[in-house]
Amino acid sequence: MKRVAVVGVAQTRFERRIIDRNLADLVYEVTTGVLDDAEMSIDQIDNVITVSNDFWDGRTISSMAVMDACGAYGKNVSTVEGDGTFGALYGAMRIWSGSFGTTLVVAHSKSSEGSLPLITNAMFDPIYYRPLGLDAISSSALQAQAYIDRRGARAEDWAMISVKNHGNAKLNPLAQLPMDLTVEQVLTSRRIADPLRLLDCSPISDGACALILAAEDRVSQSKQKPVWLKGVGYAAELHYLGDRDLSQPQALTQAAKQAYRMAGISSPREQIDFLEIYDAFSYMESLWLEGLGFCEPGEGGKLTREGVTRREGRLPVNPSGGVLSAHAVLVAGLVRMAEVTLQIRGTAGAHQLGKARSGLAHGINGPCGQSHCVWILGKD
Amino acid sequence: MGKRVAITGFGQTHHTARRWDVNGLELIQEAVTAALADAALTLKDIDAVVIGNMDHFEGINYVDTWGVEGAGAFMKPIFKVTTGGTTGTTVAIAGYYHVASGLFDNVLAIGWEKNSESDTTGAIITCSDPIWDRFSYSGAIPSLAVEASAYMKKYGITEKDAARVTVRDRGNAVNNPYAHLHKAVTIEDVMSSPMLTEPIKLLDICPRSDGAAAVIFSSEEKAQKICPRPAWVHAVSVRHDTTWFGDIDYTRLISLESAAREAFKIAGIHEPLKELDVCELYFPYSFAGLKWMESIGFCRPGEAPKLLWDGVTDMGGPMPVNPSGGVLSTNCIGATGLLRVGEVALQIMGRANKRQVEGARLAMATGFGGCFWSDVLIVGAEKP
Repeated sequence: MKRVAVVGVAQTRFERRIIDRNLADLVYEVTTGVLDDAEMSIDQIDNVITVSNDFWDGRTISSMAVMDACGAYGKNVSTVEGDGTFGALYGAMRIWSGSFGTTLVVAHSKSSEGSLPLITNAMFDPIYYRPLGLDAISSSALQAQAYIDRRGARAEDWAMISVKNHGNAKLNPLAQLPMDLTVEQVLTSRRIADPLRLLDCSPISDGACALILAAEDRVSQSKQKPVWLKGVGYAAELHYLGDRDLSQPQALTQAAKQAYRMAGISSPREQIDFLEIYDAFSYMESLWLEGLGFCEPGEGGKLTREGVTRREGRLPVNPSGGVLSAHAVLVAGLVRMAEVTLQIRGTAGAHQLGKARSGLAHGINGPCGQSHCVWILGKD
Repeated sequence: MGKRVAITGFGQTHHTARRWDVNGLELIQEAVTAALADAALTLKDIDAVVIGNMDHFEGINYVDTWGVEGAGAFMKPIFKVTTGGTTGTTVAIAGYYHVASGLFDNVLAIGWEKNSESDTTGAIITCSDPIWDRFSYSGAIPSLAVEASAYMKKYGITEKDAARVTVRDRGNAVNNPYAHLHKAVTIEDVMSSPMLTEPIKLLDICPRSDGAAAVIFSSEEKAQKICPRPAWVHAVSVRHDTTWFGDIDYTRLISLESAAREAFKIAGIHEPLKELDVCELYFPYSFAGLKWMESIGFCRPGEAPKLLWDGVTDMGGPMPVNPSGGVLSTNCIGATGLLRVGEVALQIMGRANKRQVEGARLAMATGFGGCFWSDVLIVGAEKP
């Protein structure tokens, strides 16, 4: 299998509502941005993967709206509907297949233009679940409660995650919600869906992100140092929430095992320097850390309490501010990969970590992390 | 190119206007079960799944996660691809790349649609730009009518020429137990059917169907063990060039010209009409069965009627087109392109029963959708 690297990265600034640019404008911005980052031309892009969702875009065949903006004219192009980590996966597959030397992967979202409760209610079974009014927030609240009940998780630990990630965002100029918070402020913020409070929840965000992936024999076309895709794994569990143990993300554990195996990682706790994971809600960061094998089940909160996951800790988690600080749906997972790339390159600017040779990026699809994609990226 | 990939199994539902008896998950499960049976595999043998449909037809968001139980994807890798009408071929092409990448040995590609639950035109209209295109120019039939009119005017094509396409495809469908429309029609039937949008009449256009399809893609090592005569993937090509509807040159299908040319180059095909044995082409309406034949390069522009009336594309002719009855007989949109791929695979495997083209060794499948987009796959009996 050919080695594949990320050789270009671009993101927009994430905002609650971008009114001066439409979806195609956002895609054009990151497409030209990523080409500038790599100092490559669109002619050097062999194929394109776009990431979009008809519900969020309010448009059927939503990719049509961005095909010209991403420079796909005359190229082999396809569209993944799901988190950006899955878009990158298909983009990498196409290079691994030997058919292409480079792939542009681009994801966009304007969550501000849609209704989150309606759009995420539509991901559930229409007969039994939708009439209950379940959406991304209320289903996650069920997961958070199960996490408390079965694993003894604590809202205080989640509050510390929120404080940490919003604090990290202060060093990331693209983040939407850089904030100085206290645990007390999180714990007394408005109740959204018990046990989740406002500051446990990610915001609604608009924005876009793009990566250029390249095969080993093409990485020299980019002026950037390559950051290698070392391993990937993905898996899904059952759809019906009642059939799942929401406090135990088994699909994530399986996806992580695949990714570690492919990357030749036997001890993730020692061999991975930092993580960018999909903390759509504060509790998810600690639950995903358990699923990824960085601690035992039920001990994710402890990692936060002990400061392990802080910027200056032994295992920094979401140094960019994470999804809690900017959550453009579909884009957010690709941003995790972009952020890991920047850290490993050593070009993350103010939020650059000291030690960043090997990082993990993660994205989710479906309710309560039903499907996970785990990437390991590395310097060599 | 990467690893060799072959199709080793194909399953489909009995397509019909309205499947009252199953929900979407059960519909998917029927096709998956049939594909596994065709390849004599079990779910344990499947390493990954890729699925597609068009969201707004069933109104279900994130079909990959909603569909896990129907797709058999529990604790397996799965993601969704979707590109409008080309979704079925997009799924097939994704299945190909999954295996060609070396990540997986057996991959299940699923396309499905339960159109009976949708307002098909209402959903399709929203693909157009909301400011400029949606109120003046949108929906499947009107845009195809513009194309047909431009083509007729330039080359003097008649409605009767187009009717001959319907007669061929609907006649072929009689041999396909899975087809939605099972009744052969005559030129007179087509010509006297109700006018929908000039020049497209009811029998010029595809039905809307409920149905699902599943195709299994396998690595070289596995394929030879699973299937005595697998259908090897020789080439895939995609062109999803988007322009404003008003900027399209309707006398040509540029995306298909470009995709076909690339696919033929990869597959080493110089004279497609002579070298290909059978085709399953995504013709959603009769006029496409003329104009797009020219775009593929089977004949020169304006000459497709002669090809058709001479019987070249009929069953028993030198290069039968749409032995399954094609899209004019069955159109479960997210599955439609995948049905084309599955049907040509059956032809290569020699498992097409009454619709079998004798000696089929090299075949072509196409997908159509979006903003006049095209996908092309070439499969064959020989290893590429």
